[in-house]
Amino acid sequence: MGRYVARRLLLTIPVMLGASFLIFAMVFALPGDPIAALAGDRPIAPAVAAQLRDDFNLGDPLWLQYAKYVGDLVQGDFGTDFAGRPVLDTILQRLPVTAKLALVAVLFEIVIGIVAGVLAGIRRNSFFDNLVLVSTTIVVSVPILVLAFLAQFVFGLKLELFPIAGVRDGWYSYLLPGLVLAAGSVAYVARLTRTSMAENLRADYVRTARAKGLKPSTVVVRHTLRNSLIPVVTFIGADIGTLMGGAIVTETVFNIPGIGRAVFESIQRQEGAVVVGIVTLLVFFFIFFNLVVDVLYAVLDPRIRYD
Amino acid sequence: MTDRHLTDAGHDEVGAGRVTGVADAADTQNETETATQGSLWSDAWKALRKSVLFWLGAVLGVGFILMAVFPQLFARGAKPRDCDLANSADPPSAAHWFGFDQQGCDYLAQVVYGARNSLIIGVLAVLFILLLGVIVGAIAGFYGGFTDGLLSRVADIFYAMPLILGALVLLRVGPSTDIPVISDRGAGAVAIALAAFGWMTAMRLVRSQVISVKSGDYVAAARAMGAGDTRILVRHILPNAVAPVLVYATITVGILIAAEATLTFLGVGLQRPAISWGLQINEGQNLLRTAPHIVLFPSAVLTLTVMAFILMGDALRDALDPRQRS
Repeated sequence: MGRYVARRLLLTIPVMLGASFLIFAMVFALPGDPIAALAGDRPIAPAVAAQLRDDFNLGDPLWLQYAKYVGDLVQGDFGTDFAGRPVLDTILQRLPVTAKLALVAVLFEIVIGIVAGVLAGIRRNSFFDNLVLVSTTIVVSVPILVLAFLAQFVFGLKLELFPIAGVRDGWYSYLLPGLVLAAGSVAYVARLTRTSMAENLRADYVRTARAKGLKPSTVVVRHTLRNSLIPVVTFIGADIGTLMGGAIVTETVFNIPGIGRAVFESIQRQEGAVVVGIVTLLVFFFIFFNLVVDVLYAVLDPRIRYD
Repeated sequence: MTDRHLTDAGHDEVGAGRVTGVADAADTQNETETATQGSLWSDAWKALRKSVLFWLGAVLGVGFILMAVFPQLFARGAKPRDCDLANSADPPSAAHWFGFDQQGCDYLAQVVYGARNSLIIGVLAVLFILLLGVIVGAIAGFYGGFTDGLLSRVADIFYAMPLILGALVLLRVGPSTDIPVISDRGAGAVAIALAAFGWMTAMRLVRSQVISVKSGDYVAAARAMGAGDTRILVRHILPNAVAPVLVYATITVGILIAAEATLTFLGVGLQRPAISWGLQINEGQNLLRTAPHIVLFPSAVLTLTVMAFILMGDALRDALDPRQRS
């Protein structure tokens, strides 16, 4: 197991380098002058422009710019934005907000998704089962953009249950955006749990457990559910990485000052250093949670061996 | 060139057509030599015909395509550019079913005329994705070894980047470049950006299909008869990937249409004066309290469009998966 994890960790390095170089190249290599874009309509003093160009190594060839950037990065230096603010400051300030949002979303996945999936899986072809099937089909079809405005309109403006913007009400203000962000995954978790439950309920060991005369609830909870949750747990784990990177729309519509809005704002201002820094971090999270999940898989399911 | 070669050349064209997913069930039935595959498609069609969800998706999908091609049929005589500020943001009425937008344009016409850009971008992006995915996936799966390792790592790199995020960066820096299509902020640019960050799943699908069939006896037989790599790939291996790729492509059209609306909403996709659901939702977002219909109508039509493709794709997957047949 140790060797497997070490090898996987080593494999993440080229992927992270590749992804950050891809973004870096798009931001800095494409023809166009980021300093001019920064200055906008007001012309910038030539001396200031030259200083900025020097600070951001804009005179070097692309590979050297990138090498310098990575060299700083491994020392924990994410660079500064055009206003001179360290990118790491922005990240540390924005990341907790997105982490909270992702946590709320994962809780929705666990509570709504798994419960709905288990109930549907136990009673296949019942009314509830069909309800879950139809509603999950509808939910996956609604774009997150539409869902965000629909939630704002119904729960925020008509029913006045939730705030529709900002995070001033603490955890309470994360509920609605969290649900919007999680919706697609909730539907997927429900389906996954349902299929997995229904499959395992037909397994031999479940028949044995029933034949031993165990209570139906014990058979379902202790024997079937525990096995059925393995793919679900791994999906949810990997989804954390996806949620962190996928929060751009939710955070924009709900005006939440998280990492997604930070990256969107810096893309608009063409703040290359901020964009590259945040995207690299998001890619790291994505790879990291996928790695955790693969390791978790072996822990949860002893049949799987990586060595 | 013998007659045999001529028929083979003809088949190659059919094969190539099928790879892009344009050949339908009827086409494959005409091929006498692929008896088993013909029955796969005819079985699938039998199953599809009975699926309520498929018909629901198909009706929605045909409605959407008609709307994109002949918008005037749906606009009840109103012109999208025929606007009167006196009607600004008026709510729906019997004469104007969708009301008016902020500029006082008939909103039914606006929403209906928005379908065309969505269809163009959705279909173009899927075609680019299939082209890229099939080529890269076939090369990776067929040659294996170092080539496969390299191409798969490249796919991993793109896979780690969220679609919207990657496309957002490309579309933001695109206009300041002088690369032809990318710099003009039109439908082509959006389609290319979506394909550039969305080709990996198609590549993995094709790659795994190629790997699973390339050691088959009939591939060995074709090679023994002297067929070259390209011929074996196009004629014997890729047709096996048609079913999963077709399912994937159908669902992906829906997902890409949603992604286009999102990018346009965020301000990097289509620009005014283009008519697009993303722009309409963007315009309405600050009027949600006073004139919610401006956000809700394009949202509803967008959702139904996405749903059409997802329903069709789901039904197609169920119909084409022999393991689910009893």
